Amino acid sequence: MKKRGKKVDFKLLLELYIAFFKVGAITFGGGYAMLPMLQKELADKKKWTTNEDLLDYFAVGQCTPGVIAVNTATFIGYNLAGVLGAFVAVLGMVSPSLIIISIIAKFVTQFSHLEWIQNAFSGIRVAVAVLVLQAVIKMWKSGIKDKIGAVVFLITFSVCLLFSFSPVYIVIAAIVFGIAVKKFFTDKNNNSEGEVK
Amino acid sequence: MDMLVMFIEFFKTGLFAIGGGLATLPFLYDIADKYEWFSRDVISDMIAISESTPGPIGVNMATYAGFTSFGLGGALLSTLGLVLPSIIVIIIVANFLNKFKENKIVQASFYGLRPAVTALIAIAGVEVFKESILSVEAFKQTHNILSLFNLSACTLFIVLLLINMKWKPHPLVIIVIAAIVGVVFKF
Repeated sequence: MKKRGKKVDFKLLLELYIAFFKVGAITFGGGYAMLPMLQKELADKKKWTTNEDLLDYFAVGQCTPGVIAVNTATFIGYNLAGVLGAFVAVLGMVSPSLIIISIIAKFVTQFSHLEWIQNAFSGIRVAVAVLVLQAVIKMWKSGIKDKIGAVVFLITFSVCLLFSFSPVYIVIAAIVFGIAVKKFFTDKNNNSEGEVK
Repeated sequence: MDMLVMFIEFFKTGLFAIGGGLATLPFLYDIADKYEWFSRDVISDMIAISESTPGPIGVNMATYAGFTSFGLGGALLSTLGLVLPSIIVIIIVANFLNKFKENKIVQASFYGLRPAVTALIAIAGVEVFKESILSVEAFKQTHNILSLFNLSACTLFIVLLLINMKWKPHPLVIIVIAAIVGVVFKF
């Protein structure tokens, strides 16, 4: 699977950059929305990876820190051309965002005092409220499988509503809690199985 | 010096925002409260911009904050800060991909993490909701519970929610409708 040579293959790096630039430029919304796009560009056309591997990258990309798109780009770039390949692929992926947002940032600061622009954004914020609500419902369905999950949700929600914590602590506490609960329950299950036998 | 602080903040966001999508959102609100780089309002606008342009919101927000505070160099640096943890972690994980996926500890951490992250994003949703639909200022003046709700915004919220549930359109469609309604009805 790994074709890492000793010499730097500039042609391959350029190809990597262009391919991920394309992916970065046409994937709206991110997440699983970009999977078909990646399959077409990277697996079908370039044969750099397989559909199965892509799904694995996605699964791991979701449970490692950072943006999934960036994680997937790192995987493929690294497997093809080592550490340099990983950086080039990620750079290609984020280049369209860098260009588009820099232009928008310039535009927004110049035109944000216009009344109709302000009205448009007031309307858009309502749409954003709908989109975030939808994202939360989706995550609830895929991530909260039992009562303990629901309790963790409620506790985190109320604590964050009342106090302002850095999310860093919440993330660490949740990871520790998950490990503790799973360990406790598997130990208990093993014991009870032992008793039955 | 300030640029270095920004790099570190986005590095932290990249390191702790797990789960993709809107997982960066609570961290962005945290940054908005601590620094002057962007306000909470800008985050809502950026969610809309990110849903209607290519690219993940974390990358977009890092670019925006870097660009408006320190120009193009700042945009590059803060984006690098955001993606660097991913690159480091994935390069390590790539070497033992299958073991990582089946690792019990990794699976157990997600058991606690997923509901907590969902709650964090729900909190971010409450913020967006407060900004867009409630008029807290008007309520403070009149103390009338009815004036707390911005009626036209409430109506738009319900209509958009129904459209979203019925037809599941691309987010861009919802955003464009909302922008037009905002301009026409002078929100």
